[in-house]
Amino acid sequence: MEKVLLKGNEIIGEAAIRSGCKLFFGYPITPSTEVIEYLSANLPSQGGTVLQAEDEIGAINMCYGAACTGNRVLTASSSPGISLKQEGISYAAAVELPMVLVNVNRCGPGLGGLGPAQSDYFQSTKGGGHGDYRLIVLAPSKAQELYDYTMEAFDLADRYRNPVMVHTDGFLGQTMEPVVLKDRPEAPEVDQSWVVNGCKGREKRILASYSLTNEVGEENNLHWEKKYKEIEEKEQRWESFHTEDAEYLLVSFGTTGRICKSTVLNARKKGIKLGLIRPITLWPFPVKGIRPLVDQLKGIVTVELNTGQMIEDVKLAAECKVPIHLYRRQGGMLPTEDEILAYLEDIFQPDGSGEVHE
Amino acid sequence: MMDKVIMAGFGGQGIMFLGKVLAYAGMTTDLELCWIPSYGPEMRGGTANCSVILSDEEIHSPVVDHADAAIVMNQPAYERFKSKVKPGGVLVVNSSLANVGDQRTDIIIIEIPASAIANKLGNANIANMVCLGALLPSMKLVNWETVEKSMEKLTIKRPQFLQGNLDAIKEGMEFAK
Amino acid sequence: MKKVFERTKGLSDAHFTFCPGCTHGTIMRLIAEVMEELNIIEDTIGVSPVGCAGFCQDFFTCDFVGAAHGRAQAVATGIKRSLPDKMVFTYQGDGDIAAIGTQHAIHSAARGERITSIMVNNAIYGMTGGQMAPTTLEGMKTTTSPFGRDPVSAGMPMDFPKIIANIPGAVYVASVSVDSPKNINKAKKAIKKAFQVQQAGLGFALVSILSTCPTNWGMSPVDSLDWLRENMLPIYELGVLKEIEEVKNL
Repeated sequence: MEKVLLKGNEIIGEAAIRSGCKLFFGYPITPSTEVIEYLSANLPSQGGTVLQAEDEIGAINMCYGAACTGNRVLTASSSPGISLKQEGISYAAAVELPMVLVNVNRCGPGLGGLGPAQSDYFQSTKGGGHGDYRLIVLAPSKAQELYDYTMEAFDLADRYRNPVMVHTDGFLGQTMEPVVLKDRPEAPEVDQSWVVNGCKGREKRILASYSLTNEVGEENNLHWEKKYKEIEEKEQRWESFHTEDAEYLLVSFGTTGRICKSTVLNARKKGIKLGLIRPITLWPFPVKGIRPLVDQLKGIVTVELNTGQMIEDVKLAAECKVPIHLYRRQGGMLPTEDEILAYLEDIFQPDGSGEVHE
Repeated sequence: MMDKVIMAGFGGQGIMFLGKVLAYAGMTTDLELCWIPSYGPEMRGGTANCSVILSDEEIHSPVVDHADAAIVMNQPAYERFKSKVKPGGVLVVNSSLANVGDQRTDIIIIEIPASAIANKLGNANIANMVCLGALLPSMKLVNWETVEKSMEKLTIKRPQFLQGNLDAIKEGMEFAK
Repeated sequence: MKKVFERTKGLSDAHFTFCPGCTHGTIMRLIAEVMEELNIIEDTIGVSPVGCAGFCQDFFTCDFVGAAHGRAQAVATGIKRSLPDKMVFTYQGDGDIAAIGTQHAIHSAARGERITSIMVNNAIYGMTGGQMAPTTLEGMKTTTSPFGRDPVSAGMPMDFPKIIANIPGAVYVASVSVDSPKNINKAKKAIKKAFQVQQAGLGFALVSILSTCPTNWGMSPVDSLDWLRENMLPIYELGVLKEIEEVKNL
């Protein structure tokens, strides 16, 4: 299989092409711009369309229109741009349109900076736009996962007729790592009996989300809720790293998720039984990964690039049965593996005398 | 085994390219690697830096807090990154454009007049490769053969630059002997 | 018995829900007739906006997509780029296209997007109960300009199709009215042309149609038509505002 060295953002573009993505609508914004640049150079020759929209609002609504026709569609942006897209994302969730959204996070609020951040966790996982909806949110932590999860995002979007977000950051977007361009088995046949493509030989279809009466409105909400429950039940994903005998646990995703692996290995060299849960789906949050560990744990530290957002989900997952603390860097700064360990040692004073497996 | 290398200098000195040479050298032997550019506002300013991690096992943390080696191609880069080399590590300094002054004694400092050597070779733009040559003997996971292959790949669209770059690396290696 | 008139196939059996005297029904029928005459009902995807115009999705017999307020042309762009062989049109009120959706209107035109846009201009926000629109006339009373539109604060009404006509990618722009049988016939011709422009792949086409809102204007249907003629026609010049050579030859 072909192995390439590309920037993370370019990998996303390549994965989209190889996933059969036919259309990309976007607006340039650092640090996500290489996605639209890569696709502008490479998607048209594969029979696809790339359109630079007048603004982010235009881009997401073009995605909405294209998704209504049943073709695979992608957009990518960074935090302020994703804010602008929220109205359209809400509409797409309501009409149940499969589409993939990439948020190459930068730090905020406001214009913020370009450094890596996870400050859009709430926005991504709790809806983001108006109304009560959920996105499936995937959080890669390295280039290979940018490739794999982007492909997976298209399949999940089709399977559940739901927008799926790939939640990454500028660090992953700009870094180059080798990626194996795995072939993907043909995308599963999905029901397209809902798409709008001209009503030849069938009843006309309307894809819209207005509920004229409250009764209809509630019926719609119950329908969406049922789907979200099914996704919560079936699609929680996480990586467990040295959790079998863990007395202490780090929970961290994306760039910090991989940094924490080094922390775990360093801690184990010192005799501290530390493990890591790296959420792969931020929504649905991997409660199933954390809850079974609660009885064996003496403490949890979430490591985040924000003021503490995911920690709320970790507390719910652990039902607050374990002390849970936050170690965070902000504004585009990344923690080192050592400073995370120093914090954990300071907070929990772990007994480092235990025999541990590295 | 791991090689963590920081490269820094003026924009235009080929810092990112230098990193790519190391990265593609790692690709030729299937190493795990990260090429990490400085990005954002720094791209627009005068300085450029990037880091490369090469490893024979999975790279978890990509944060290069302290490097095994660094190449600094001007004075500001020297000032900023001299403290980022681990004790026992190697610091290659382009002495044509940076004065090391008070030196660290816990690392190996290779002062090489890379810009002067490059000029002597007839191309001021290959001072970066001269520096790379100076560092190469100290690296654990890449060597002349893999760097040569890397350079072939990177100059595939402009093969006229291949030999000049390789000669510059050779000069640097010779100097560091 | 010989059938001399029947409902166009472009409209469903659903009854119009518009207020008495509202001209949305007339305009929709014209579009539906054009679709039938061009035999494109099964190949057309309409995009409905937010506002009274949004109800159109229930009345036409072609496929429809409901857009967020102002976004119809962006949505239409997405559909057209995905299915270039289908006909795509937007049906939008003046607030939708000329206020909250201005950027999409201007840039759809700038790209020469192969879509047809119908703008229904009744100088007011109808569905939400009669607020000021970008097209509200100077001095006109609405719920958000209760003392009359004050140009010092709210500016002058925008003649939006003229703005679009200045954009190179817009190849056909017409301003019509449905206040009289004669004007209704002209309106239909313009609508037909705007769809033919798309069929020929020539670029972006816009038809602006002056319309009444008796409910929010606080007038009888007949008085509304008079008011339109007396007050709107002097401001919003009727006619073909732009037509490139290739369109003339259609």
